[in-house]
Amino acid sequence: MEIKLAEDTFLTDDFLRQLINVGEVDILVGLPTHNNAKTVGSIVKTIQSGILRWFPRERAVIINADGGSRDGTPELVTSISIDDVRRGSNPYALRTLHSISTKYASSPESPAALRTILAAAELLQAKACVVMSPESSSIEGEWISKLLRPIRDDGFDLVTPTYRRHRFEGLLITNLLYPMTRALYGLRLREPYAQEFGFSGRLGGEFLSQNVWDDGTAGSGIELRFTLAAITARHRICQSFLGQKDHIERRGSDLVPALRETVGPLFSALEPDFPVWSAVTGSQPLPTIGPDHEVLLDLVRVNRKRLREMFTTGVAELATVFQSILSPATLAELQRIAGSGESDFEYSTELWVKTVYEFAASYHQSVISRDHIIQALAPLFRGRVLAFLMEHRNGSAEDVENGIESLCLEFERLKPYLLQMWKSRE
Amino acid sequence: MREMIISELSQAMHELARGFAHYLPRLIVMLILAFAGWAVAYIAKVVLRSILRLIQFDRLSDNAGASQLLTKAAMPAATEVLSRFLFWVVWLGFILLGVSVLGILGLQEQIGKFFLFLPRLFVAMFILFFGLLAASFFSRAALLAAVNANVPSPRVLSLAVRSIIIVFVLSIVFEELGIAEQTMLVAFGIGFGALMLGLAIAFGIGGKDLAQRFLERRFVRAKKDESEDELSPL
Repeated sequence: MEIKLAEDTFLTDDFLRQLINVGEVDILVGLPTHNNAKTVGSIVKTIQSGILRWFPRERAVIINADGGSRDGTPELVTSISIDDVRRGSNPYALRTLHSISTKYASSPESPAALRTILAAAELLQAKACVVMSPESSSIEGEWISKLLRPIRDDGFDLVTPTYRRHRFEGLLITNLLYPMTRALYGLRLREPYAQEFGFSGRLGGEFLSQNVWDDGTAGSGIELRFTLAAITARHRICQSFLGQKDHIERRGSDLVPALRETVGPLFSALEPDFPVWSAVTGSQPLPTIGPDHEVLLDLVRVNRKRLREMFTTGVAELATVFQSILSPATLAELQRIAGSGESDFEYSTELWVKTVYEFAASYHQSVISRDHIIQALAPLFRGRVLAFLMEHRNGSAEDVENGIESLCLEFERLKPYLLQMWKSRE
Repeated sequence: MREMIISELSQAMHELARGFAHYLPRLIVMLILAFAGWAVAYIAKVVLRSILRLIQFDRLSDNAGASQLLTKAAMPAATEVLSRFLFWVVWLGFILLGVSVLGILGLQEQIGKFFLFLPRLFVAMFILFFGLLAASFFSRAALLAAVNANVPSPRVLSLAVRSIIIVFVLSIVFEELGIAEQTMLVAFGIGFGALMLGLAIAFGIGGKDLAQRFLERRFVRAKKDESEDELSPL
C-alpha cells in the first residue's frame, strides 16, 4: 500500500486504519447511504450472499460511505455477520468478507461518497468494483455477478445496467438522457445515469485523479460524469441486464432535483467534451449481456389534467424566461401547443429535441443563471411527458420502444442544429 | 479735465491689459486642460467600452433588467451609456480643474464639492446596478419555484419580490446620494409598509378564494392524489 497516498488522502485516519487491516482485495462493493436503515440490512445480506455464491475465492470488501445517517444505517451495515449469510448460501467460501463503514460528511453528497469509494478501491488495489444503490428493494445477489464478471473475465472497464421497467417509468431517461447521450457521444447506452454499476480499478483510479472534485464541477449527478468520462476516454463499456427496476416512490415535485442531478451534469459536461461529441456522427450499439431493455405494460393512473395544467401555466408564466433561452420560432410553437385543446395536444419529437438543444446551447452560453435554465425545463418536460403518455397509453411494448427509437434518431438527425446553436451563441 | 479723463482711461486700459495679461496664461492653461481632458476622457471611454464589451456587460445588464429600462427611456445600450458617462465625468472634471486655475472666488468651493460628490455618485450607481441585478435574479428564482410548485399567480409573487428589492435599493441609492434623505426615509417606510399591508390584505381578503384554492390544493387534493400513481422521472 502506498504510504504517500495515505498522507495526501482526504480519508479519515480511522477509515485508513480499517483499510490497512483489510489489505489488498480483488472485489470492492461500494454502498453510499444516507438514512437507509429500512432497506440497507437486506441489501447488505444480498450483496454478501452474492459474493459468497459467485466469487467464493475472491478477496472482497464492502465499503459503506455514509452521509451522516441518523437512523443507525452504518451500524446496521457493519453489524450484519457474514456467518448468517454463509449458512444460507455457500458454506465453502474461502475468503473473509469485510464490511467497513465511514462517514464522509454530515450531509449526503454523492460526489464525496463516490470519491470515498474510489479512493478506497485505489488503496486496496481492487481489480473490479461495483456501486450498489441503497434504495433498491428488488436487488438480487446475481446483480453483483452481472456487474462484476464482464470486468473480471472480459476486460471491460465499465458495466452499466439495463432494467425491466414500466413503460412510463424513467421518462427523463428515455426522453432526454438516453437519446441525447446517444446522439452526442455515439453510444447506445440505455442507462447513462446508473445507480448500480461496475467498473475496473483502472477506470476508478483514472477518474479519481481527474480534476473534477475541487473545481466546483463535481456537483450532484457525479455518476453521469463518471459514465461520460469513461466514454470520452474510450474505455471498454458494456451493458448488463439486471432485471426489474423497483419503483421508488417519488413525488411530482422531485422533478427539479432530478433535472439538477442529471440534465445539469450532462449540459455541464458538453463544454469540456466539445471536441469529442462535435466530431461524432451516428451511434453504435454496445455489447450487452441479456436484453438491452424490457417493458412492463401494467396500468397506471396518471393525472394528465395536472400535467397539462402545469405545462400550460409554465409556458404562459415563464414567457420572459423562455425568451432568453429559446429561439422565437420554438417559443411560438410551444405557445401554440399550450393553447391547443386536450385532444389536439401534441409535443412533437422534433420540437422536443429543438427545445432540449436550445436549452443546452443557452446553458453553455449562461444566458441566465444556469440553475434557472435547468428549472425552466421542468414545465416543458411535463408537456413532453404528457405527449408521450397520450401517444403510448394503449401501445404495446414494441410501440413504446419504437417511439423511443424514433426520438433517438431525431436527436441524431438534429445534432447539426445543436452545433449551429452552440457556435452561433459563442 | 481732459487730461484727467485720458489719464483714467489709460490707467483703466493698463489695468485691463494687466488683468488680461494676468488671466491669459490661466485661460490658456484652462483651454489646454480642457483639450487634454477631452483626449483623456475619449481614451478612457474607448478603453472602458472595450473592457465592457469583452466581459459582455450588455448581457449582464439584460439579466439585471437594466437594458429594458434603458430601452424604455430611448437610451443606447448599457455599455454605451456607461462609456459616455465616464467620458463626461472625466472631461467635466478636467474642465472644472481648468476653471479652478482661473481663481474665480466662490467657484473653488463648488468645484471641491463636485469632486467630493463623485465617489458617492459612483457608489450609488454601483448599488443601483447590482440591486437591479439582485432584483432580477430573485424575482426569476421566485417565479420558477412558484411555477414548478404549482403555486397560483406566480407572476404576482415574482413581481412582489422584485418590487420589494427595488424599493429597498432605491432608498439606499437616494440615501447615498444625499438627496432628500429624510423624505426618502419616510417615503420608503410608508411605501414598504403600504406594500406589506396591501399584500396581506390582498391575500387575506381580495385573494380569499385564491388562498382557499391554494390550501385545498395543498392539503385536500393531496389525499385524492394518493390514489394516483406518481411517475418516477428516473
